[in-house]
This record gives sequence, structure tokens and C-alpha cells, in this order.
Amino acid sequence: MSSMAISRNGTTAKNGLGRRISALLYRKPVLTLLLLLTPPLLWFGVVYLGSLLALVLQSGYTFDDFTMQVTPVWTLANYQALFDSTNLDIILRTLFMALAVSLMSALLAFPLAYYMARHARGAEKAFFYVAVMLPMWASYIVKVYAWTVLLAKGGISWWLIEKLGITPAYEWMLALPHVGGTTLATSNFGRFWVFVYIWLPFMILPIQAALERVPENLIAASSDLGARPWQTFGYVILPMAIPGVVAGSIFTFSLTLGDFIIPQLIGPSGLYIGNMVYTMQGSIGNMPMAAAFTVVPIVLISIYLAISKRLGAFDAL
Amino acid sequence: MPHAVTFDHVSRLFGQMRAVDNVSLTINEGEFFSMLGPSGSGKTTCLRLIAGFELPSSGRILIAGQDASALAPFERDVNTVFQDYALFPTMDVLNNVAYGLMVKGVGKKERLARAEEALSMVALADYGSRKPGELSGGQRQRVALARALVGRPRVLLLDEPLGALDLKLREQMQSELKNLQRKLGITFVFVTHDQSEALSMSDRVAVFAKGRIEQIATPQDLYDKPASRFVADFVGTSNVVDAPLAQSLTGQRRIFAIRPERIQLGCAGIVTAHAVRAKGVVRDIAFLGAVNRIEVELAGKAVLTALTPSFGGALPLIGSEVELAWRIDAMHWITEAA
Repeated sequence: MSSMAISRNGTTAKNGLGRRISALLYRKPVLTLLLLLTPPLLWFGVVYLGSLLALVLQSGYTFDDFTMQVTPVWTLANYQALFDSTNLDIILRTLFMALAVSLMSALLAFPLAYYMARHARGAEKAFFYVAVMLPMWASYIVKVYAWTVLLAKGGISWWLIEKLGITPAYEWMLALPHVGGTTLATSNFGRFWVFVYIWLPFMILPIQAALERVPENLIAASSDLGARPWQTFGYVILPMAIPGVVAGSIFTFSLTLGDFIIPQLIGPSGLYIGNMVYTMQGSIGNMPMAAAFTVVPIVLISIYLAISKRLGAFDAL
Repeated sequence: MPHAVTFDHVSRLFGQMRAVDNVSLTINEGEFFSMLGPSGSGKTTCLRLIAGFELPSSGRILIAGQDASALAPFERDVNTVFQDYALFPTMDVLNNVAYGLMVKGVGKKERLARAEEALSMVALADYGSRKPGELSGGQRQRVALARALVGRPRVLLLDEPLGALDLKLREQMQSELKNLQRKLGITFVFVTHDQSEALSMSDRVAVFAKGRIEQIATPQDLYDKPASRFVADFVGTSNVVDAPLAQSLTGQRRIFAIRPERIQLGCAGIVTAHAVRAKGVVRDIAFLGAVNRIEVELAGKAVLTALTPSFGGALPLIGSEVELAWRIDAMHWITEAA
């Protein structure tokens, strides 16, 4: 070690120390790794996993309805309460919306992501990146409030539908049970529309990244072996894009499962999981029940991932 | 019988750049045909033109006598072995090989059986269930070969397929490829920048430079009778002697090429009447194993390289004066376009 630190042409002592540290780190890669990884690992361990653990623990605590006190007495009552018909309604309502939003986002995002990854070049590509990211720069609340106005009776959507002459179709849609409502702004369709609008960039970017990784010559090889374009798409491109779709749908799925602002501002009455967590924790102070509700999206996403893996979604990774 | 592939005045332009410049050639049925040239010479573009990944800017391409100039890759009875193999990472080896049969609608049982057969042809019978990522470079190469051959294409295109392999594996694959080609009787079009590879494997070789064909000939003719200074230099090593020096040595003011192994140090055993002789100073000697490479500077700064077998006799010293000689019929006159 000392021989490494000896300066050959009389550099300063400070320089020598720096060199000595560099040499030490060079010879002990494990030490370098520890120095680099300890802070983020601590952060992850304490802030993310620790808080998650605390959450799961809390969901097993007892909440006294009379005293409004939480006592660390283990109980499964909170989880049992999730299966009450009102709570189950809330969970299923949120789940179906999350599934519908993810499906629609994937359908809308795929062609755009495909074009961005495989055709757009240079300035055009940069334009698409900015265009996709731009809506995320504006405040989420502002955008959702804007939509309440856009979708309201007499709003721009109303005007546009009249101009397009599709009022009958619009009225037919509003009359549908579970989808419609008195106006777009108070319909489930309107809520679905805004959810898709807000989360779409989170679907586009992972799919685009996955498609970007499909080498050009795999497509050439497929075509060379006699595959028509739709076969190449189905057998070569799509399987490699699926991990991106799954990653994107985890975003859209979990963000919808956890959201409480859109359900509050747009669409019919009827709570979502996010609203319940907000109410339980914020208004009632029933932390254990809020925690139990928060565990629901975690479980749902785990199930979703398990199914995706079983179906071979990650084979391309 | 029609030719396997015909290029009829084919050009391919990328912007202003003529990647392939008015190329005409014919490749015979069952032939092992190589396209040899430095990078950027247009050989790979020619291959891609046959495969259909590029379409000609002008001229016609015929495959088995049929005009294929505008056909899509999947409409051509031609398969390619890619330089980086291009195996599908989502499929196992067996399904990679069966892919071409699958997309053409061959039933599952039959296509898997044929894929198995193709895999055993390249000595990978037990690897069907592996993923491409679990194979070595040489094994992936064989899978790519099996995948391209399983459908028995009219023409097999190979785009520098051995470039990524180490020397031993390369040499082994060279002879395997040649054997396979003989056995199957399929036309092989082989693109390479390695002249020894092209010489050792091919029935005929086309030498490319700057988008044009310099010469199409058998390996023997290419080596012994290079059509241009470029071919003489690119195929093997050669001494190309310029006209002024040629005049002082032979009396004829024409460029000629002489292969280093045809130059003899000293004049013993050569009939003077049929030989050219020159005097020079030894500038460098390198021991290459089987031979020694000796560089001799003649009058007028021209340097000739001679290869002499390393089994006998003392070597001259660097700086010493030596006499060189070669038979007149060992020389090859080059007619150069002005």
C-alpha cells in the first residue's frame, strides 16, 4: 500500500492522500460497492420497506369505535371488515375502473409508442417525448378541475358533440347503466376518460422503452423466414413489448387504485379505495382500517404480477 | 437451368452515395459464391438486395429466373444467416429453428420434427429446449444456420457469419459450412471481408470496391491473375510494380504483380533467360513460422516483399545486398484503366 502512495515526482501530501484512497478503493471493489450502496439501501430499507411494514402491522391493530383509540392488540377484524358489502363494493368498483383504465391506456399507448420507438427519428422523436411529457408538467389538480369544466353540461365537450352531430350516440351512452349519468362530468365514463387522460404517459413511456429494445434485425430475420408483417408483429415484436405493457399497466393500475381526487371531482357518487383511506385516516382517525384498505392494492398488484409471470410476460427479460 | 441469382445493372443509392453502382453478376445454381471486399464496398448491400431488405434504385434482380426486384423478403425463397445471429430471445432454440415453418403454416408435429432434424444436422440435437441466451457464440451461429436451412431455401445468404467467432472455431465452421453446402446442394452466397476465408471456401469470388465489382473469378484465378491493382493488393499480399520500375526490370513499361512466395532470394536454379533479376538491400526480416518475410529495397526506393521457406539456409543480414529473381510466367501484367 505504501508503495502505491509514494509520489514519483513530488506531488503534494493532499494529492498523495487522494491517490491513496483511490488506490484502496480500486483494490477493494467490495468497499467501493458498500460506500455507494449503503445510503440508498438505508433509504429504501427504512423509508420504503420500513414504512410498508409499519403499515401492515397497523392494519392488524384494534380500533375502538367508542374511545376512537388505536390499541396494539392483534385482530383480523379490519380485514374482515373489507368484505362487508359496502367495502367490497368500493373495492370492486375501484378494481374494475383500474382494469378498464389500464386496458384503454394500453390500447391507446401502443400505436403511439410503436411509432415513437420504430419510426420517429431525431427532432420528430424529441417532439413526441415532449408532447407525451408535457401534460405531466402541469399540476394534476389543475388538469382534473379543468376536466370538470370541459365535461360539464354546456361545456366544450357538449359543444363539440353537437357540432359533430353525435348527440344521439352521446345520449344513448349516458343512458347506459354503470357507464352513463346525467352529464359527462357526473358519469362513470367521464371519470374513466379523465383517468385515462391523466395516466396515459405512464403507459406510453415503458412500452416505448421496451419497443426500443427490439433489434431491427430480429424483424428482418422474421420477414426473411417468410413471416408476413402481422406475423412478425404477433410472434416477435409483441412478446418483447409485453414487459413494457405490464410495467405501464402497473403504473396505471396502481395509480388508479390509489387515487382519491378524480373519483371525488368527476363521476357519480360512490367511494373509491383512495377515498376510503382518506376518510378513515383523515376524518375518522381509524388508522388500522385505512391501513387495511391500503393493503388491498398491494395484494391486487401482486396477484396481477403473478398472473403476468405465469402467462410468460417476463420471458423476454 | 436458370441462374440462382442474377443482378442486371443494379444500383442502390443512399442519398447521393452509390452503395451499389451498376453491378451485374450471375450466381449459378448450387454454387458457393463469395462477395469479398473491405467495409463500405457494397457487398453487404448486395446481400440485402438479394434478401429483399433493400430494393434496387435501378436495375433488376432475378431469383431463379423470376424478377424479384420488388418482392418483399417474405415473398422470396431466400434465407439469411445474420452476422449477429438475430435469434428470437423469447423462443427456445427448437422454436427458433421451426419459426420459418410455423409462419408458413406447417403443422406443429411436422415442423418440430424437421427442426429437430435441422438441429442434429448442425450437431445441436440436445439443445432444443434452451434459450438462445444460454448458448455460446458458436452454438448460436449453428442455430442461426439450422433456422435458415430448415425450410430448404433456394439460396442461403450468409452475412459475415463467422466474424464474431475465434480463430479455431472459425476454421472449424468454415469446413463445416463447405461440407453442408456440398451435401445440401443449396446455393450459398457468402459475404466476407476476410480474403483467406473467401479463397478457401468458394467456387467463385466477386471482389467489391466502392460499390463496383472489380473481378469475379475462381479463387485460383483471383490469386494468380488479379484484374486490377486493388484485387492484387486485397487478395493475398502482392508486390505491385509500377511502370517505370517495370521498364527497368523487364523492358516493358507496364504494371505487373508478383506474389511474394514466387520471388526467390539468390539466382540458383533459375534459368536466366526466363527470369527477371533485381538487386536490392534487405530492409527487414520477419519470422512467420513456416516462412520468413523479407523486405528488399530496390533502386528507386521501391520495396519488394519476398516469402522464403524457413527450413534451410542462413538468412541474409539486414542491410546486406541481395539478388532477387522470379520466373517471367510468375508475373501477372495488370491493365489499368486510365
